Amino acid sequence: MAEIHSLMQGFSVALTPFNLGLMMVGIILGVIIGVLPGLGGANGVAILLPLTFSMNPTSAIIMLSCIYWGALFGGAITSILFNIPGEPWSVATTFDGYPLGQKGRAGTALTAAFTSSFVGALVGVLLITFLSPVIARFALRFGPPEYFSVYLLTFCAFVGMSKGSPFKTIMSMMMGFALAAVGLDTVTGQLRMTFGFTELLKGFDFLIAVIGLFGIGEILLTIEEGLEFKGANAKLDMRVVIDTWKELPKYWKTSIRSAAVGCFMGIVPGGATPASFMSYGIAKKMSRDGDKFGTGMVEGVVAPETAAHAAGTSALLPMLTLGVPGSPTAAVLLGGLLIWGLQPGPMLFAEKPDFVWGLIASMYLGNIAGLIVVLTCVPLFAAILRIPFSIIAPVIMVICAIGAYTVHSSMFDVWLMCVFGIMGYVFKKLDYPLAPLVLALVLGDRAEDAFRQSMLASQGDMRILFSNSLVGSITSLAFLLLFWPLISKALELLRGRRGLPSG
Amino acid sequence: MDESQDKPAVSVKAMEIAVAALFLVFGSVVSWDSHRLGSTWGSDGPQAGYFPFYIGLIIIVCSLITLGQAFVAAANNPFVLRGQLKMVTLVMLPTLVYVAVIHWLGIYVASAIYIALFMWWLGKYSWIKFVSVSVGVNVAFFLMFEIWFKVPLPKGPLEAALGLN
Repeated sequence: MAEIHSLMQGFSVALTPFNLGLMMVGIILGVIIGVLPGLGGANGVAILLPLTFSMNPTSAIIMLSCIYWGALFGGAITSILFNIPGEPWSVATTFDGYPLGQKGRAGTALTAAFTSSFVGALVGVLLITFLSPVIARFALRFGPPEYFSVYLLTFCAFVGMSKGSPFKTIMSMMMGFALAAVGLDTVTGQLRMTFGFTELLKGFDFLIAVIGLFGIGEILLTIEEGLEFKGANAKLDMRVVIDTWKELPKYWKTSIRSAAVGCFMGIVPGGATPASFMSYGIAKKMSRDGDKFGTGMVEGVVAPETAAHAAGTSALLPMLTLGVPGSPTAAVLLGGLLIWGLQPGPMLFAEKPDFVWGLIASMYLGNIAGLIVVLTCVPLFAAILRIPFSIIAPVIMVICAIGAYTVHSSMFDVWLMCVFGIMGYVFKKLDYPLAPLVLALVLGDRAEDAFRQSMLASQGDMRILFSNSLVGSITSLAFLLLFWPLISKALELLRGRRGLPSG
Repeated sequence: MDESQDKPAVSVKAMEIAVAALFLVFGSVVSWDSHRLGSTWGSDGPQAGYFPFYIGLIIIVCSLITLGQAFVAAANNPFVLRGQLKMVTLVMLPTLVYVAVIHWLGIYVASAIYIALFMWWLGKYSWIKFVSVSVGVNVAFFLMFEIWFKVPLPKGPLEAALGLN
């Protein structure tokens, strides 16, 4: 029970008035970010990251991860009240959440969503608490080939799990790798793909890409749709909350199933969005009232929200233990760790236990604080959505510009952000996924280093990726996931029946 | 919105082809530059272009496949309608001008003008409203960044005149 002891120490780090204050600030900012169009967990954290450079890393990560929890909570508000998924992972919440709101049961839907989010997160945090030390100890044995195979696994999972064209996923991912390679090559000292531009010497910063792709791109998409907010009334009184809480234990099976799906999808990088769809699909299939899903079933809110939050939380597990983020937001947090001079990975647990356990303890506290904040402040957050778009949009643009500038105090980055913004708009409309691009941009250098070191060790022999049972099984798993769409199709043909309907 | 605004400006097919072609160019540039740096095995291990060369190759292969798919199968439905494109341009062009203006006026003044114009143009607000919102937001930003977080942002002649540099 060394974990419990470490966790208690973590609580003593996290439970200072200053850190608790930051937690509340983070949650509230996070919910606002989750509610606003154009700002989400990933770019919200990216914009605020430069402001935390001067803070001590533990306090900074507590605040930033709380923004992440807040954004996860916030997505549900817009889905239920306005039928606008504030975040991609809350799309599945609109299926039953919005009809519930239309029936005048918005309070029930919101309470169900928040509570299941909380349950999902709690399961995710428990998983992190007890599994991450084990994985970290295990990962201490990893050498460059093992790390490269883990990166391979991450990226193959993206290709295999993607819904659209796998080629587009690969293109977007490889673009990330290529952009990550731009600039000074640290091994040979040569300049790569700078074409004489001095601005390109330091390469492309993923924070700029995140702010542009997700921020500006999203704003452009919203403008195109000509947003008009027509929302259900948002009132949450205690009676509705308690009535809903009495009803929720009925769905314990759905909760457990969804939490399991979420945790699994969060660790295997696929992220919260597919987890929420998958869990909704499974709940629909397994529930006695499955055919009524989509008309406003509480169970249809419980399933995707639990899974999304469980996935969002457990996405931090591979980030902390292996340095491989499971979602774009986790990738931004990882970037933060690197900037604060912390090397994510197994050594972090040994060298900076205060930081790691402080963060894990703050996940418990942050989610409790989050639940209280969202349950009490829904009308306030809904009011933010009623601010006309012609005020919100330019302010968000300005925030993005300031955010891009503060990363390196460079105007060139602000221009880059605009380019990434237009790119994000076009990519979104053509179904090029953005998450693989961001992850590849973050992990590009590390993946390349691992690859080079492996190749050096083997003198260019690719068979090093199968040289022992550990690296061999990770690599095989990677290829299994890469060709999963083909394999599952083959299995379907063999069995002669169709698989689970998705969504 | 009148009739002509609902006509498609570009088709999905055209955009698919254009983007895949751009990817093809991008992949070629990456591979070509990596080849220039050396994409093979040097005396001391993999050369600088070893890894990116293959990245470029993968982009080329996948963009060719996507290009082929776009020619054969991409739908001819609209990528963006004229009215929508007009709205997006109406937002994106001022934003580019705004970024250019930051160089001269500093970020606070440029942002105030940008927010005010945006509100006046697209929101049709009265001048009292757009002036108070744009000035208020930027004073708040100034306090937050320059004083609270001590993160200096680009400043222009106004800040110099007020002695706030």
